[in-house]
Amino acid sequence: MILFILKRIGYAAPVALGVSLVCFLLVHLAPGDPLSAILPVDATAEMQAQMRSAYGFDKPLPVQYGLWLWKILHGDLGTSIATGRPVLSEVGRAVGNSLILASMATLIGFTFGTFFGFVAGYARDSWLDRVASAIAVFGVSVPHYWLGIVLVIIFSATLGWLPPTGAGPQGSGNWFPDLEHLRYILLPAITMSVIPMGVISRTVRALVGDILHQDFVQALRAKGLSEFGVFRHVVKNAAPTAIAIMGLQLGYLLGGSILIETVFAWPGTGFLLNAAIFQRDLPLLQGTILVLAMFFVTLNLLVDVVQTALDPRIERA
Amino acid sequence: MPLLTHPLLRRSALGRTLSGLALALALTGPASAQGVLRIGMTASDIPLTTGQADNGGEGMRFTGYTVYDALINWDLSRADKASELTPGLATSWSIDPADKTRWTFKLRPGVTFHDGSAFDANAVVWNLDKLLKSDSPQFDPRQSAQGRTRIPAVATYKVVDPMTVEIVTKTPDATFPYQLAWILMSSPANWEKQGKSWDAVAKAPSGTGPWKVTGFVPRERLELAPNKEYWDKGRVPKLDKMVLVPLPEANARVAALRSGQVDWIEAPAPDAVPSLKAAGFALVTNLYPHNWTWHLSRAEGSPWNDVRVRKAANLAIDREGLKEFLGGLATPAEGFLTPGHPWFGKPTFKLSYDPEAAKKLLKEAGYGPSKPISTKVLISASGSGQMQPLPMNEFIQQNLAEVGIKVDYEVVEWNTLINIWRAGSKSDSARGGTAMNYSYLIQDPFTAFIRHAQCNLAPPNGTNWGYYCDPAMDKLFDEVRATFEPKDQVAVLQKIHEKFVDDALFLMVTHDVNPRAMSKKVQGFVQAQSWFQDFSPITMAK
Repeated sequence: MILFILKRIGYAAPVALGVSLVCFLLVHLAPGDPLSAILPVDATAEMQAQMRSAYGFDKPLPVQYGLWLWKILHGDLGTSIATGRPVLSEVGRAVGNSLILASMATLIGFTFGTFFGFVAGYARDSWLDRVASAIAVFGVSVPHYWLGIVLVIIFSATLGWLPPTGAGPQGSGNWFPDLEHLRYILLPAITMSVIPMGVISRTVRALVGDILHQDFVQALRAKGLSEFGVFRHVVKNAAPTAIAIMGLQLGYLLGGSILIETVFAWPGTGFLLNAAIFQRDLPLLQGTILVLAMFFVTLNLLVDVVQTALDPRIERA
Repeated sequence: MPLLTHPLLRRSALGRTLSGLALALALTGPASAQGVLRIGMTASDIPLTTGQADNGGEGMRFTGYTVYDALINWDLSRADKASELTPGLATSWSIDPADKTRWTFKLRPGVTFHDGSAFDANAVVWNLDKLLKSDSPQFDPRQSAQGRTRIPAVATYKVVDPMTVEIVTKTPDATFPYQLAWILMSSPANWEKQGKSWDAVAKAPSGTGPWKVTGFVPRERLELAPNKEYWDKGRVPKLDKMVLVPLPEANARVAALRSGQVDWIEAPAPDAVPSLKAAGFALVTNLYPHNWTWHLSRAEGSPWNDVRVRKAANLAIDREGLKEFLGGLATPAEGFLTPGHPWFGKPTFKLSYDPEAAKKLLKEAGYGPSKPISTKVLISASGSGQMQPLPMNEFIQQNLAEVGIKVDYEVVEWNTLINIWRAGSKSDSARGGTAMNYSYLIQDPFTAFIRHAQCNLAPPNGTNWGYYCDPAMDKLFDEVRATFEPKDQVAVLQKIHEKFVDDALFLMVTHDVNPRAMSKKVQGFVQAQSWFQDFSPITMAK
């Protein structure tokens, strides 16, 4: 097993290197001058050249990439051009905030998705099924930034119940899941949860429907098992596929959302990426994308390891 | 019928639960303390707080002139006339009659920075080194990038005595006080205290301004409290606190205002204005030194080299129609400067809407239905001060087509447009465009006139994008720099503006009105005709 883990880490290394190269080159392909965020519009050519040199943008791209990679290996993601703050601290704070939002969206999306899925699966072709399925289709197909705006109009602008922007009354510092902070997270989390809710709901509905028509369920009922007992068997049989889908959805949620975080001014990775794109803040953009990409590489590695631990046939394959 | 009072819900358990939850949520809402003003800015981050703010005019408005002072400040107390210079940390300044490059500034006694250290001549020289002397320990590239271009005239500077500073300019330049109004004074003692780190200073800045920074969460909020020791007792802030929140998304700003999360938003989306007004919010607007214009190329082959064509285009624009199209949130141009500006003068060319006169001028210039002018213009899809560039330019395109000027647009991203603007109309990056839609800050003689039209400021030496060059105009610029008596200087500036308009150097279209929406609780705000504003007189009604 240890050998397998080491082998997987060995495979992950070139993937990580490739990801870093793509992160670096992609942002350089975008139009615009990275120094435009900090130079006044009427900066002289001399000053532009000075700043270009100070930030190392006058060097050839391979040299810039090498220097960037060297710094990363030493735990330094560079300094944001627009703010002058270390990218690592900017990204670290944003990742933390996105994780909080993703956790809440996961809780809402998975709970309601599973609930609607079971309701629709059990009451197939009834009005309950149609209502639950309609909600699931709505969740999958509605543009979530639009839903965010609508929720803001209803619950913030009209009813005044919930704040439309920000992460807390004093910002995101010292975030704690008390009622005050929950007021801030509720709208973005609901908006973010609709897609996983819809996907999970449809998956669970299909699974439950299929399982209920299988022979073993009839056999269980014929044995005189209570309906709750049958339900437990259905859950056990639906769980592996549902959990796999939930894992994928969790990955998407953890990646943050530029649109939702921008609509709600939630200071996560999406909000940070949006600011970095508009300010042409290349170090911040590269650093944020790299951290998110590495997050997925690590997540994949962990999934491989966990799957292997659960099913040794994978290791042998 | 309100949702929660619906009989069905009142009777049901669900209704009771929902009502209870709503009540709990409402009761736990952030209570707005009396005297706290919360502002939603358009910036995506807190502008730089170390002294020379970034984020353009908005940065200087919120983290520049609030926390800091310049030697010469702007008087932002009047809404009915263009803002003028007023003594700041310098009580007076004079020019050596024998050497008109030598300026002496007498400093205001008894001024202290927020950290308690004294403001003196050494602090002024230290701050100039911070921007101009790259080998000084306190040199800050970020602040230098913002401040250095604002004081191109400075040659040398020195301490004369603890309360007197001498600054020598490269050439005689009577517009120098306007340049100095951009340069804000940070505390040298605070920089030492923060371990000589500007990053640390950014979190705990110290200036001499009317507001002190009391809380800073990057990208989320900046809290300011009154500096009760402020040297200008008339400008000690009346509020208990001011909170600045970056809300770059226009709809998010509107939602934040409508929900009571903030009391004031900058630049509400134009289509949200009627609903904000209907909901009882105040929309505050005023003229300010902003210009939405087409900068015309004077490179060889440009149709705009003929003054008759330039005048015809200016006569073809239905400015009142454009204002109506913008929901009234614009001031039609009457010249290059805003109407009523002290430097406006009396141009003879009136910017009326007269398509027939435009056609006549074009005919005189050799154009007509059989030989229309066909040219390319560079525009952006959005950008700082650009208002609504796409529909506005479509409106103009139609106006010009009606008199026989056929315009094709090349739409580029705003930062790309800035780079093309720096590179000049003759550069390949201009892609053959003979004009560019640009929005200008026209705050002082340099930003309003000189940078656009002085012969030796054509790229790469400056931002005379169109390569305009007229010795008569250069002579006027020399004259304004050599005229040190303010009244006489205004007279020269009027002559310059008259020439700008009478020669139709630009397609003069409109001025933005700097709209901001606010709760009726915000009282005492006087919207100055400036990019900057004074927050000291504001109070919050109960």
